[in-house]
Amino acid sequence: MSQPAPLIACHDCDLLQREITLKPGCAATCPRCGAVLYRNATDSINRTLAYAMSAALVFLVANGFPIFAIESQGSLKGITLMGAVHSLWGQDMQAVATVVFITAVVIPALEILSLVYLLLPLRLTMLAPGYNQLLRLLRLAEPWGMVEVFMLGILVSLVKLTSNFRVIPGVALWSFAVLTLLIAAAAASFSTRDVWCCVDRINGRRVAP
Amino acid sequence: MNGLSGSAASLGLCACHVCNLVSRVRNPRQAAHCPRCGAYLHARKPGSIASCWAFLIAGYILYIPANLLTMMETGSLISYRKDTIMSGVIHLWKTGSWGIAAVVFIASILIPLMKLVSLTVLLISVQRRSTWEPRQRTRLYRMVELVGRWSMLDIYVVTLLAALVQLGALATVKAGPAAVAFGAVVVLTMLASLKFDPRLIWDPLYKERGHERDAH
Ligand SMILES: [Zn+2]
Ligand SMILES: [Zn+2]
Repeated sequence: MSQPAPLIACHDCDLLQREITLKPGCAATCPRCGAVLYRNATDSINRTLAYAMSAALVFLVANGFPIFAIESQGSLKGITLMGAVHSLWGQDMQAVATVVFITAVVIPALEILSLVYLLLPLRLTMLAPGYNQLLRLLRLAEPWGMVEVFMLGILVSLVKLTSNFRVIPGVALWSFAVLTLLIAAAAASFSTRDVWCCVDRINGRRVAP
Repeated sequence: MNGLSGSAASLGLCACHVCNLVSRVRNPRQAAHCPRCGAYLHARKPGSIASCWAFLIAGYILYIPANLLTMMETGSLISYRKDTIMSGVIHLWKTGSWGIAAVVFIASILIPLMKLVSLTVLLISVQRRSTWEPRQRTRLYRMVELVGRWSMLDIYVVTLLAALVQLGALATVKAGPAAVAFGAVVVLTMLASLKFDPRLIWDPLYKERGHERDAH
């Protein structure tokens, strides 16, 4: 050990400690407050990239096709996410429509695209231009992406509707379920620590306090 | 761990909130930027307590109309009903969808209330520089952060059902004014919990230990 392990401070209690090496799949927790400090995610960059790229495809299907269709007076009426946002906007609910549009469409799209944009060059040991602004943006956007909550919203609406209508599940219903899983998998395998290690290696610097 | 003890801030160090790099802050009064990612460095979130209170109080105020006003109007040729959040839950329960009724009750009524109360308790305890159970209070904060997003559920349900308005004569579903208030409560409580800095829970402990050290 020529150089001491890097310092880290717990994000929840600010306890200063030194990093320890972890077995694959393990996580380091703060000895004082129990917060998860970092994880040894195996093959983090490749896996996250794979999940993000498949999520990008599924995202297009989920937003382009109807979530479910309702039979009324002999005709089928499909509901897409954008259609629902649009009709809410038309009911003088612009604020609510904006919140739904941002949390269920814009932020998930932004997260998926920026992961692909960041990680694809990183795999080829290159840095995407503006990578640090993007990582900062991701950090800000992270709490506002709510695809999994939207998925639960779909299920609750289905239950509410089936009591009065004949409801036919659409392609986007399954796509949203898959998208929820893929985004969760990408979030679980993504490790900012690994990304920054990679960035430091490419920049050939070692920044220590 | 490895003989280090004490907060990064008390040792003149500061962890970057974006890339987690710990770097030395020479002059705490001067604006510093992370040497690795360029993010603005701050030992604690700036204006944490004041802005958290502001979001929280606005959340409390809007919580009232969110629960009293109409969330959704549903009408068909045979029936017409106006539902608040609570009456919607009761209707679900009566029609036999107990599971969904429980989910909606937890997401739309319990979680927002729990968030408001927990953040108030956390803020008051931090302002009183309490040293009571910091680990449990940090855990409470982590729970608030984890479950908070799920209260958006009802907003999504209203959005999807309101799309039915286009169905025409057979049925109309309209979002009511409570949707705006409730959406605002969810966003405001999320902003409040993002603004709260859990490290403030631990700071009074350092100060006390610091005094002990000075006395020896
Ligand atoms: Zn900690
Ligand atoms: Zn940084």
